[in-house]
Amino acid sequence: MIRVENLSKSFTLHNQGSAVIPVMAGAHLSIQPGECVGLTGQSGSGKSTLMRMVWGNYLAAGGSIMVGQTDVATAEPRQIIALRRHTLGYVSQFLRVVPRVPTLDVVAEPLLALGSPLADARAKAADLLQRLNIPERLWPLSPTTFSGGEQQRVNIARGFAHAYPALLLDEPTASLDAANREVVLTLIEEAKARGAAILGIFHDEGARARVCDRLVDVTGFTPKVAA
Amino acid sequence: MTLHSTEFSQKIRDPDQPLLKVEGLTKRYGPRIGCLDVSFDLYPGEVLGIVGESGSGKSTLLSCLAGHQRADLGRIAYDGRDVLGMSETERRRLGRTDWAFVHQNPRDGLRMGVSAGGNVGERLMAVGARHYGDIRDKAQDWLGRVEIASDRIDDRPSAFSGGMQQRLQIARNLVTGPRLVFMDEPTGGLDVSVQARLLDLLRGLVRDLGLSVIIVTHDLAVVRLLAHRLMVMKSGRVVEQGLTDQVLDDPQHAYTQLLVSSVLQV
Repeated sequence: MIRVENLSKSFTLHNQGSAVIPVMAGAHLSIQPGECVGLTGQSGSGKSTLMRMVWGNYLAAGGSIMVGQTDVATAEPRQIIALRRHTLGYVSQFLRVVPRVPTLDVVAEPLLALGSPLADARAKAADLLQRLNIPERLWPLSPTTFSGGEQQRVNIARGFAHAYPALLLDEPTASLDAANREVVLTLIEEAKARGAAILGIFHDEGARARVCDRLVDVTGFTPKVAA
Repeated sequence: MTLHSTEFSQKIRDPDQPLLKVEGLTKRYGPRIGCLDVSFDLYPGEVLGIVGESGSGKSTLLSCLAGHQRADLGRIAYDGRDVLGMSETERRRLGRTDWAFVHQNPRDGLRMGVSAGGNVGERLMAVGARHYGDIRDKAQDWLGRVEIASDRIDDRPSAFSGGMQQRLQIARNLVTGPRLVFMDEPTGGLDVSVQARLLDLLRGLVRDLGLSVIIVTHDLAVVRLLAHRLMVMKSGRVVEQGLTDQVLDDPQHAYTQLLVSSVLQV
């Protein structure tokens, strides 16, 4: 479902003497449907960079990133937009929403974008918010005023609203208490059971051991020539 | 391809054909460049953001696209029709039916001496609606969609707040069912909280009506939330374009890097 081959990345900092910083070379991994692969490596080794390249908000310098039938490394913006709508979900560490939109609608939005009727989308959203222990009295409010852990759970609910065939999870259990961590791990297991291919970053070792089928250490993708 | 279409007929939309195709669009003011060699495709349902600082040519480009100014060079094809080769009558007709233009200042897009309902109804009458009851019902419906209370229908826009005026301008523009909407800094003069409400409204309308939008703004936070794709302009030229979050998170051009790194974090 996800196949990364010979992927490389460098940053060119035009406003800092046009320094070119190679950050990744020869990255490769592949994830089958129903499989969860965890990225490991020290902070700054390129886990998030690799994940962002798969999502498409970081441009690849070379190589390919197949998600389903789309090569994110070379796709047109509108192909990536379609991929994100139908196929590829992303739970980032940050919730970015239009202020003042109710939490229930924030979570329902990916379904509305796919053309689901409003009532169905809201029902699914309500179900997820309930499972993630967001009290119902908060649903009509914007999540921008919520605590970090609450925002994280709203983000997770939004990411799991549609049954994406491929999912990217960036620290999905960070800042969660034990009960909510358990809910999230169960959601991940359910997604795997329905055949989702998942690429994740988990600093939580227990979570990693439980849901990941394999680990890929990104340190191996660090360019050999020092910048 | 047929050139005949009645205003209210449901047009066939092929999502894989660009709705607007722009090639080499150039506008000069004497020796000064307005915009230079701009090319892009816009597909049905897509929101394209155009960003850049004051004087970058983004507003010139928008007004050339919308036909408010005449481009010197280039081609614009709308739904397969050559826009620059059209007669003025044809182009105006397009501007009243298939296209809409939302100005930064609602006063430029509204008739301030006419009631809110009249502002919306007038657009309908301009495309041939004659039945008073139908016009009023439709105006009422659109005021509701932009969250203007029905008891304000007979009030003049001058009695409205800035945010309400902007929502009224949007209702006036969208009532005729356009497919392409041009927006020039639509959230520009508004308070942040009013902006948020307008952004939410615009996102809903784009999604539910399948609108294509070209939005000019200097506000990167607005485009991140609203635009699918982004075009960055400097000195009349497009220096970078791509997926919105890619351009903002991994800008490639020196100017975009400067623009993105200059935004204050809230």
